[in-house]
Amino acid sequence: MSTIAVEPRQAIQPPDDHPEEVSYLAAGHTVRSWLLTVDHKRIALLYLVSITVMFFIGGFAAVIMRLELATPQGDVLWSADGYNRAFTLHGIVMIFFFLVPSIPATLGNFLIPMMIGAKDLAFPRINLLSWYLYIMAGALALVVLIFGGVDTGWTFYTPFSTMFSNTMVVPAAMAGFIAGFSSILTGLNFIVTVHTMRAPGLTWFRLPLFVWSMYATSLVVILGTPVLAIALALISVERLFHVGIFDPALGGDPVLFQHLFWFYSHPAVYIMILPSMAVMSEIIPCFARRPIFGYRMIAYSSIAIAAIGFIVWGHHMFVSSQSMYAGMVFSMLSFLVAIPSAIKAFNWTLTMYKGSVRLETPMLYALGFIGLFTIGGLTGLMLSTMSTDMHFHDTYFVVAHFHYIMVGGAVMGYLGGIHFWWPKMSGRMYNELLGKLSALTVFIGFNLTFFPQFVLGNLGMPRRYYEYVSEFQFLNVMSSAGASILAVGYILPLFYMLLSLRNPPNAPANPWRATGLEWQTASPPPTHNFHKTPVVTRGPYEYSPEGAEAIDGNLNTAFE
Amino acid sequence: METLTPRSSNPAHVGRSNYDEEPILGVQFDDVEQQHESSIMGMWLFLSTEIMFFGGLIGAYTIYRFMSPGEFALASHHQNVPLGAFNTVVLLASSLTMALGVRAAQLHDHRAIVRWLILTAIFGTMFLGVKAIEYTTDYREHLIPAMGFQVPAEDLEKMPDMNVGRYQMYYVLYFFMTGLHAIHLIIGIGLVLVMAYLSWRHWFSGAGETQIDVTGLYWHFIDIVWVFLYPLLYLISAHASS
Repeated sequence: MSTIAVEPRQAIQPPDDHPEEVSYLAAGHTVRSWLLTVDHKRIALLYLVSITVMFFIGGFAAVIMRLELATPQGDVLWSADGYNRAFTLHGIVMIFFFLVPSIPATLGNFLIPMMIGAKDLAFPRINLLSWYLYIMAGALALVVLIFGGVDTGWTFYTPFSTMFSNTMVVPAAMAGFIAGFSSILTGLNFIVTVHTMRAPGLTWFRLPLFVWSMYATSLVVILGTPVLAIALALISVERLFHVGIFDPALGGDPVLFQHLFWFYSHPAVYIMILPSMAVMSEIIPCFARRPIFGYRMIAYSSIAIAAIGFIVWGHHMFVSSQSMYAGMVFSMLSFLVAIPSAIKAFNWTLTMYKGSVRLETPMLYALGFIGLFTIGGLTGLMLSTMSTDMHFHDTYFVVAHFHYIMVGGAVMGYLGGIHFWWPKMSGRMYNELLGKLSALTVFIGFNLTFFPQFVLGNLGMPRRYYEYVSEFQFLNVMSSAGASILAVGYILPLFYMLLSLRNPPNAPANPWRATGLEWQTASPPPTHNFHKTPVVTRGPYEYSPEGAEAIDGNLNTAFE
Repeated sequence: METLTPRSSNPAHVGRSNYDEEPILGVQFDDVEQQHESSIMGMWLFLSTEIMFFGGLIGAYTIYRFMSPGEFALASHHQNVPLGAFNTVVLLASSLTMALGVRAAQLHDHRAIVRWLILTAIFGTMFLGVKAIEYTTDYREHLIPAMGFQVPAEDLEKMPDMNVGRYQMYYVLYFFMTGLHAIHLIIGIGLVLVMAYLSWRHWFSGAGETQIDVTGLYWHFIDIVWVFLYPLLYLISAHASS
């Protein structure tokens, strides 16, 4: 901790300040200037607003579910069917309309061009188109799910979805299909941008790890999403024309749907978690004041997660007629994903070793991420072991596992990233004390909500039931109580961040003394990001203070 | 139509090749080469999503055919192989004219661009016409699922213990795959005609090299999909009977 007063090297560079050029926020105030914008930063804000709305709608459905589950009897909702509709709403909205676009479409859109020293993404108009597709799909999904209701769950499993469900499956599938196109366009834009638009001197191994991770995410998006689209199209054809694609009576096979569905939807888990890992790799070195440990390994592990993620989908079908030998192969492959994930978790931890760690809001979220993601990842190993999966399959253990990844991991990363880059995006500082309070509330509320669900699952409580035997009530009440704390933790940032917008812009260009290119320009940035294209001469995380370098110089050689 | 006025300010340019004119550069790019490279790469990536899209279907096809090879061979017997072969030649010819159109764009020869692109669109339309004839025949023979589908009596005689659902599955997949291909082709024809019109109006700042190159990539993809669909759907029984 003796190194705390030493300034990092790169942060000394003063941000270029051209008061005559207006920021992207001041570039236009009409509704038209927002709805027809092709500025990646404005599109990022459009996404930010729309996914926040979606997040609270999906969260509201979760509140209803937790209220229902506070007592063993069904009493809040009118029927089991109502409960089915609530969890379908929660699942579809949270996955397709919050988690998948969350970090890529907001932070990715905002930051990738700035991090690589470009003026915009390669295809600004396609970027705007992807937002409109998202809005179309989101509006359709909300109308269908709220006013009609779908009872299949977000997985649309056949034969229930094709032969038995009397709800609006086809429009909901359509919404998923259109949302898929929106994310494909974003992913395509990112890949092209990273390939062709990097500033002079910005080699692949000088890219921030955020960009590496987003690149890996985009690969998964463009290769996985079309398969989901075709699966949803086939379901719609089967329902509309009553021909058997997945119906055994007409020569079909329902398990084929599960294969097609999970071929996308398992990689989709990595679409949701890789961007959070991207955020971690930026926050942790900055608040530990250390170069990131094992830069190349973290970069490669993002690609490894994307690649291995495509060959593990069969672990969702251990109990649905898949052969035992196929199950064994998928089980082994699923274990493999733990290796690159562990590389990341260990490297972030080692980055903090002997650093001067500052516990500010983004860092609190990041620390929460590491812990919760580790629990989520390790319980994943229990589920990819076939014998234990027989016991845990379709219980609350699975629910707790993926919420530890999706909420404890992805949402913590998202909130951490929003706090980290909020000064850059809005030009305002938020209330640091309230920020810390929110990180703490979310962490406590989250664990109280989902840890009891591991126990419930192990005791045998099945998922998707709206009534349960009374001995499970204690743990369920605990979980519902935790959910109410979690809700406070999520509303809090909305409140103080909106409040910060009332102030005049007060954020310095680089409030965290971070080294990324995006901090070298004003907050909020001008429309074309940089006044002249930056030339990059060094790596992205040169944090280590000179004093510390002299003491453990050999640690720094891990980073080039 | 106001938006489609020629961008070249000099009216003398209209109708002549404007060799020296550079394409307009998007604000986000540094030079024309970077812009061209980005567009081409964007189309390649889009085509990779298309491959996965058709790949899911071909995967489903492979699994069902593997499980019921007899029914699939029998069902494919009703395809008109010569018409399919004719259509294959038509599409391959359209790819040639498309490639010549791309070449003409590189040479800034507007007249040739328009000629080759229109020829490409004609070949594409011809393909759709033949496909329509085939679909009509299938309809008359009650081979379209959900539109009075019946397994032909002679096939039931040949294979009395057949899985009727699997037999129909061949046709479900046939119509889904060729239908999806036809939708892509219709989009392709529209795109080619728009490009031809814009070239004719000298709308592009250069000769539209990048735009026509990208259109060409998409067109060749449609062609290649058919090159896979034709043997998969038409030539099963040719293989089984040998």
